[in-house]
Amino acid sequence: MSLIEVNNLGVQFKTQDGLVYAVNGINFALERGQTLGIVGESGSGKSQSVLAMMGLLAGNGKATGQALYKGQDLLAMKPAELNKIRGNRVAMIFQDPMTSLNPYLTVERQMTEVLQFHKGFDRKSARARSVQLLDAVKIPEAARRITMYPHEFSGGMRQRVMIAMALLCEPEVLIADEPTTALDVTVQAQIIALLRDLQRDFGTAIIMITHDLGVVAGLCDEVMVLYGGRVMEQGSADSIFYGASHPYTVGLLGAIPRLDAGDEALVAIPGSPPNMARLPEGCPFSERCTLASAQCRDVMPALLPAAHNPAVLRACHKSVEAVSELAAKGAIHA
Amino acid sequence: MLFKNKDKQDQLVAALGRAVESAAADIHGRSPWADARGRFLRNKAAVFSLGLLAFITVCCVVGPWLLPNAFDAADWDAMSLPPMLKGWHFFGTDESGRDLLVRSLVGGRVSLLVGFLATLSAVTLGIVWGATAGFIGGKVDAFMMRVVDMMYAVPYLLIAILMVTILGRAFYLVVITITVFSWMDMARVVRGQTLSLRSKEFIEAARALGVPTRRIIFQHIVPNLLGIVVIYTTVTVPAVILVESVLSFLGLGIQEPMTSWGVLIHDGASVMEVSSWMLLFPAGLLSLTLYCFNYIGDGLRDALDPKER
Amino acid sequence: MRDASQPILSVRDLKVHFKVKSGAWPWSPARTLKAVDGVSFDIHAGETLGVVGESGCGKSTLARAVLNLIPATAGSIAWMGQEMTGASSQAWQTARADIQMIFQDPLASLDPRMPIAQIIAEPLRTHRPGMPEAEVMQRVKAMMGRVGLMPQQINRYPHEFSGGQCQRIGIARALILEPKLIICDEPVSALDVSIQAQIINLLKALQKSMGLALIFIAHDLAVVKHISDRILVMYLGHEMEVAKKKALYAAPRHPYTQALLSAIPIPDPALERKKVIQLLQGDLPSPMSPPSGCVFRTRCPRAITRCAEEVPELRRLDDQTEAACLLA
Repeated sequence: MSLIEVNNLGVQFKTQDGLVYAVNGINFALERGQTLGIVGESGSGKSQSVLAMMGLLAGNGKATGQALYKGQDLLAMKPAELNKIRGNRVAMIFQDPMTSLNPYLTVERQMTEVLQFHKGFDRKSARARSVQLLDAVKIPEAARRITMYPHEFSGGMRQRVMIAMALLCEPEVLIADEPTTALDVTVQAQIIALLRDLQRDFGTAIIMITHDLGVVAGLCDEVMVLYGGRVMEQGSADSIFYGASHPYTVGLLGAIPRLDAGDEALVAIPGSPPNMARLPEGCPFSERCTLASAQCRDVMPALLPAAHNPAVLRACHKSVEAVSELAAKGAIHA
Repeated sequence: MLFKNKDKQDQLVAALGRAVESAAADIHGRSPWADARGRFLRNKAAVFSLGLLAFITVCCVVGPWLLPNAFDAADWDAMSLPPMLKGWHFFGTDESGRDLLVRSLVGGRVSLLVGFLATLSAVTLGIVWGATAGFIGGKVDAFMMRVVDMMYAVPYLLIAILMVTILGRAFYLVVITITVFSWMDMARVVRGQTLSLRSKEFIEAARALGVPTRRIIFQHIVPNLLGIVVIYTTVTVPAVILVESVLSFLGLGIQEPMTSWGVLIHDGASVMEVSSWMLLFPAGLLSLTLYCFNYIGDGLRDALDPKER
Repeated sequence: MRDASQPILSVRDLKVHFKVKSGAWPWSPARTLKAVDGVSFDIHAGETLGVVGESGCGKSTLARAVLNLIPATAGSIAWMGQEMTGASSQAWQTARADIQMIFQDPLASLDPRMPIAQIIAEPLRTHRPGMPEAEVMQRVKAMMGRVGLMPQQINRYPHEFSGGQCQRIGIARALILEPKLIICDEPVSALDVSIQAQIINLLKALQKSMGLALIFIAHDLAVVKHISDRILVMYLGHEMEVAKKKALYAAPRHPYTQALLSAIPIPDPALERKKVIQLLQGDLPSPMSPPSGCVFRTRCPRAITRCAEEVPELRRLDDQTEAACLLA
């Protein structure tokens, strides 16, 4: 049995403009020690899918489908049962550590609270374990710093505190929602290295949500590319980076400014991010896709194993060859 | 766009643009005001209150002309009558036989007028004070805000009593007295908003463009202030009306035979055990009006909430 | 007539210091926050200078000081040969017609209560007050077309546009006076990757067709690579390295630049796994109490004792690179 198995996960929101389907048809399985990268831009639904799994959706949101943790469906659980798993077996770290930490409580209080609630530790042993973990995430002078308030830490250190808090109960799954987007690039490198080490030492499975394909390349085994709430392409990191078979993935890889690239102009994907309230009947990317045809706009492509590699899933009407041609041309400038 | 050749693409886009332009006139955008108006109109409580308030105002203005009784006509044959249909005494009469309905409406005129005038002056003074303090900043701002703090510290009722006693009870003096104690909230709020606007990027952008300060204030800051000014005005009006009522209740407001809701409540309170209608009707009208302002204010606040944008 | 090889903007030893109260009492001593502490560079017509640094390095403050949005504490700013520090507001007003700015948050830099016609026309109305209304609107529409916006949208309000489109509006506003220099303060940081590429390509195309000089500020060395001719790397208010693009990326001389380059993740799993990152120790020091000598020494993997005693000057190492390091 997989550690995490997600079947046909969907998220809907009731808004003034009607029912918005933020996420549709997400499927994946995660094993121990594996890292899954969920990649997408704004409106892709990447954050909402994991928030749904953790039961953290906004009041007007509803999750459909299944999110199984060791066979138990997280979406069907009552809050009391979910609380036993959240923070304990499945932990989450968020994008902005300043707003995710309570500014009125010391770090010590926030960390010991987790241990006291989940593991029944008493104050003293909880504190000792907390200091131990702050050391593990390389916070200097952990024993002295633990009594400080979040605003007294720098951005990078706050994120480490969040990671330490997430690891307190030795979770089996760590969900990281854009953990390094708000950080400087040198600090980002430190945090990614830290996550890699921790994964090696604790065997934690990681779901990493990001828009930065560079971060994914350095950390993830499996990659899922989302657009407009749907999976565009899904497969191993190597197959996605070296053999992208979906026009969106190709476009995304071409649009990223790379250090190792020459002087070519950046490939720009024309158009704007999708309006989730008004998506086309067919493929959500069809409005911006250079290969799009009438079929693409009217008929939703199914997520199927690719012809060139059955381990890769893609949702596209066009053939893999057509997409490879696109990639080879260095394509389109907009 | 599918073209490798950028120039060709540009030409095609330009041609398409011209074609579309001639076909479609310029689209008119949905201004933030239109959005807010839409949201306000969807708020049933606010719209109903607006209607009710308009109705009360129209009654107060037009009613006394339409009703046969005069507000100061003492009718010794009809003293202290409870509400009845005869003689058009729908609200009853007071101890001098004067019709309460007409007096309530006339009192409404005065209360609403005082409310309107005092609010207008308080709001104007508050905006000027607050925007100047907020925009200039530094020591000037500190000084101006200390003046506001001092005004808050002054016990308004005591001073109001003093002022009325010394200067008399003319209508305009009542308005001035009330204004003097009602402008501080607006000043504070406007100053806060000006301060937050000053550091907004679009103001910085305007400065970077070289837009002169005067233009920045009138073209950029003032339109963005109007939202909060409107909201606080709807909060100030009921406060002002209440102050006037309190002053009148204490016998320091409008002079006889002119009347206001406060005066009527004062008179009604003294006879409330025997002629309860004399208290209930004016108090009821006052409460209703204040409730209306509250709901309208709530509606405006929700409609203009920046998060909804 | 000015010599074409003369720089249009010449900044020498620019310092921007802020006084910060250290305590609540009126008599508590003020401490100095040295946001920019001695930066010098030249910009020539038509070239792009990329200014890169992490948070707190002072690049945004530098941009605002060049435009006098924040007054410079010391140093000189010479625009078209004319000294601008201490100049009258009239002189700055004239200069501002030729130096414009694009901001980081596309939506926040536009007045939410003005239709974009007014927003884009504002520079014209400020600097060319005599221009007839019809001509103003014509120019606005023409500029909208040039930046890729549909001219019929002219009466729409900023909140009706996406982030990328808002940035195009900001660019249209900056370009409508046909300035000589545009300062771009992290113009693509708030945009999605696919839109970033659109805006960068747009800026490059406009630069070429209008002969603009650009100061492109970013925190990401990968982004500036596509648009800059020369790059200036800043740290804690000081210049670390100034180099021509090829030289900087091929052979960075300053330890900070080396660390920055190695930290940027490359979207290539094989390369990433092999990569040896130079991890910087510690945290950014506070700009109110910068380290003595070289400000980078507290995190530098190669620091020696001399680094704490001497402030390294920005030395020209060869015709491509200048670096401020005793060991370079």
